[in-house]
Amino acid sequence: MSGLLQQLFNGLVSGSFYALLALGLSVIFGMLGVVNFAHGAFYMLGAFGAFVLLDSAGLNWWLALLVVPILLGVIGMVLERAFVHRLMHLFPLYNFLLTFGIALILQDLIRLKYGVTSQPYPRPTILDGMVDLGVFTYPKYQVFVLVLSIVLSVLVWLVLTRTRVGMIVRASTERAELTQSLGIDVRRWVTPVFGFGIALAGLAGVLAAPMRAVNSEMGADLIIVIFAVVVIGGLGSVVGSVAAGYIVGMLTEFGNFYIPALSQILVFVLMALVLLLRPAGLFGREEGSPA
Amino acid sequence: MLNVDNVTARYGEAQVLQGVSLGVDTGEVVTLVGRNGAGKTTLLRCLMGLHRAMTGDIEFDGRSVATLPPHKRCRIGLGYVPDDRGIFASLSVEENLTLPPVTGPEAWSLEQVYETFPVLAERRRQAGTHLSGGEQQMLAIARVLRMGARILLADEPTEGLAPLLVQQIGEIIRTVKAHGVTVLLIEQNVHFASTVADRHYLIAQGRVVESLDNAEVEQREHELLEYLGI
Ligand SMILES: Nc1ncnc2c1ncn2[C@@H]1O[C@H](COP(=O)(O)OP(=O)(O)O)[C@@H](O)[C@H]1O
Ligand SMILES: [Mg+2]
Repeated sequence: MSGLLQQLFNGLVSGSFYALLALGLSVIFGMLGVVNFAHGAFYMLGAFGAFVLLDSAGLNWWLALLVVPILLGVIGMVLERAFVHRLMHLFPLYNFLLTFGIALILQDLIRLKYGVTSQPYPRPTILDGMVDLGVFTYPKYQVFVLVLSIVLSVLVWLVLTRTRVGMIVRASTERAELTQSLGIDVRRWVTPVFGFGIALAGLAGVLAAPMRAVNSEMGADLIIVIFAVVVIGGLGSVVGSVAAGYIVGMLTEFGNFYIPALSQILVFVLMALVLLLRPAGLFGREEGSPA
Repeated sequence: MLNVDNVTARYGEAQVLQGVSLGVDTGEVVTLVGRNGAGKTTLLRCLMGLHRAMTGDIEFDGRSVATLPPHKRCRIGLGYVPDDRGIFASLSVEENLTLPPVTGPEAWSLEQVYETFPVLAERRRQAGTHLSGGEQQMLAIARVLRMGARILLADEPTEGLAPLLVQQIGEIIRTVKAHGVTVLLIEQNVHFASTVADRHYLIAQGRVVESLDNAEVEQREHELLEYLGI
């Protein structure tokens, strides 16, 4: 019983990363119609950002958690302005290629400097050790990651559903041109939304640094699964991405435990099933519904 | 108030507006009548800045707006109701109403909207697209009133509605006019058009072919209906 619960917790912790990454990917796709292939690279940069700050400036993890996402968010906004924006009126494949290229460049730059070996990153001291959860004990740090990702997901959801900014993002995501004709300058919101999505990826990377292998490949390994998560949740659906993130997290952990040989493909089996039964994803709006 | 001067528009190689010129004065209700495919929707999209491939000039209040982006045209007082009503599924009824900024001093308050359209008040928390077709049309027009737009540009608001609802839309348009809002209305139903509007432009193959008043429309209703293929 406690073994099962522990697996469940492992799944939720993995799911926390999937959820944060899928959330950013999903808002970016919704608002810009761009599938951001560089999302994994920014996750990797988040982890390396924390590592570099600690290694060269002695900035601790808590500061990195604040500074790195902001920095990457700004870089994201610059990239959006300089490149993504210019390709937006073209066929979506152009931006797909662009972001894929950006991912390769970022990854290779890191590889050039650090190779493919993993860099060590210590856990923040307050979060070191175990916490007693009644039936079993669990690493404090992992519990923190889980709680923070849930809090962030809920916060993003609240902003999207309860604020004027959220209303504008929802409207632009659904019908950009119509939103524009109702007096809202949609273009002005596109850049910050892109930056925000990138910042979330960076934050996930900082969270990953103390518990995952920090190396140049860590984002590339993840991005394909994240795409599957977003498809399972429903393209552009925020609630769907988060829910699918946790579901896929549990699926992979349980898979790892019970049928390790299949664990890598379980996600894609689930994706295929969802596409068969609900082509728009678990939480996606069906095409052709009255708009 | 609104002056359209020699507007042409293309979709790729196909030119669908061949130089449309027309005018609407302050306080008037004017309809654009014409067959399917005549170019009415395209003209309205040109007025809102949603159709880029156009030439010619559009003046609003004596000022050329032909190069303004859509959101700026909205902000100087153009209120658009697209042919699919433009209601957001991911926004509640109330959010659909409050999404656009207030653009004029005559803007209605939410209370005023709800008083005039009680059904919107009852359903304010529901998703916009959960409303019936007629209610969505009401919502789209109410949204324009809430902005305080000075001209309502409505693309076939009665399309697909039952006769009783068509009458209701007629009432709403009279209310809009009574509040001093100018109206440019696309309409296939010439009888309905003659009951709500002051004047009419007949559009065919991307051109204004005739300008009619109500008496002429009534006199020639049969001929016009035949012409429109209804
Ligand atoms: N998106 C489009 N692409 C190509 N042609 C179009 C498009 N929309 C409309 N048209 C063509 O332009 C002409 C005018 O269409 P439209 O403005 O919708 O007419 P109306 O509203 O009067 O029915 C029609 O011949 C139509 O086939
Ligand atoms: Mg039309």
